[in-house]
Amino acid sequence: MSEPDPAQADSGVVELINDRQAIDGFEARMLAAVDRAGFSKVSRFAIRLATEEALMNAFKHGHKGLPATVPVRIEYSVTPERVIVAIEDRGPGFKPGAIVDPTLDENLETPSGRGLMLMRAYLTTVEHNSAGNRVEMTYRRPNDDENDE
Amino acid sequence: MASSDSRLSVAKLDSITKIGFIDRNILDEGNIQAIGEEISSIIEAESSPKLLISFDNVDHLSSAALGTLITINNKIRNQGGELRLADIDPQIYEVFVITRLNKIFEIHETSDDAMKSFG
Repeated sequence: MSEPDPAQADSGVVELINDRQAIDGFEARMLAAVDRAGFSKVSRFAIRLATEEALMNAFKHGHKGLPATVPVRIEYSVTPERVIVAIEDRGPGFKPGAIVDPTLDENLETPSGRGLMLMRAYLTTVEHNSAGNRVEMTYRRPNDDENDE
Repeated sequence: MASSDSRLSVAKLDSITKIGFIDRNILDEGNIQAIGEEISSIIEAESSPKLLISFDNVDHLSSAALGTLITINNKIRNQGGELRLADIDPQIYEVFVITRLNKIFEIHETSDDAMKSFG
């Protein structure tokens, strides 16, 4: 049996540096798997938004002070029922509970701090390890989610 | 007017400056910073700037882009100007609602509606 084309795999492990072209390439590969699994545009938007926010958190905060060549490790798995994306950075971690609520009136005009909140709003679950340097995100297909391509 | 490296389209309509985005995805932090700086320059060039930002053609934007919009909003307000946002895709509008940023921005469905709303 021939080896499956890695670009067609519905799961994978990637080491990714903070380079827009590399990030776009990874997201395109993962979203192609999402499309093959029959998720709707609404689901696709949610998955892409949350993945992008998690990546930016890993690079901007997790890898603060580290060389730009240090990659994050991403594991993803796509089935028709759910998408799981886990991102692990090489930083010291953080405490998710320490993030202030950006939707409070007093925080509305703060320019930053919305990434984690958006991840939680769009995904089924967002879980961090105890160190705070690995996040596992799950998006479960809604009952009324239909492929609208 | 925008330079050849600009990620924006800029048009002057009477006293209102209408800004659009060349990129469908406003995600890259470098581009977002450049966009913020370019819009800041546009604001600083007017005494009471009237700015309309159209999101026509935009499919995705990041929380960093939202942060830049907040900074722009504060800058315009401090200069006694007005800001409107328009032509926002429903899925992106939902991001504004989830973050409650629809409470601090004046958002219109279309650019025409937004243009009519300026004082």
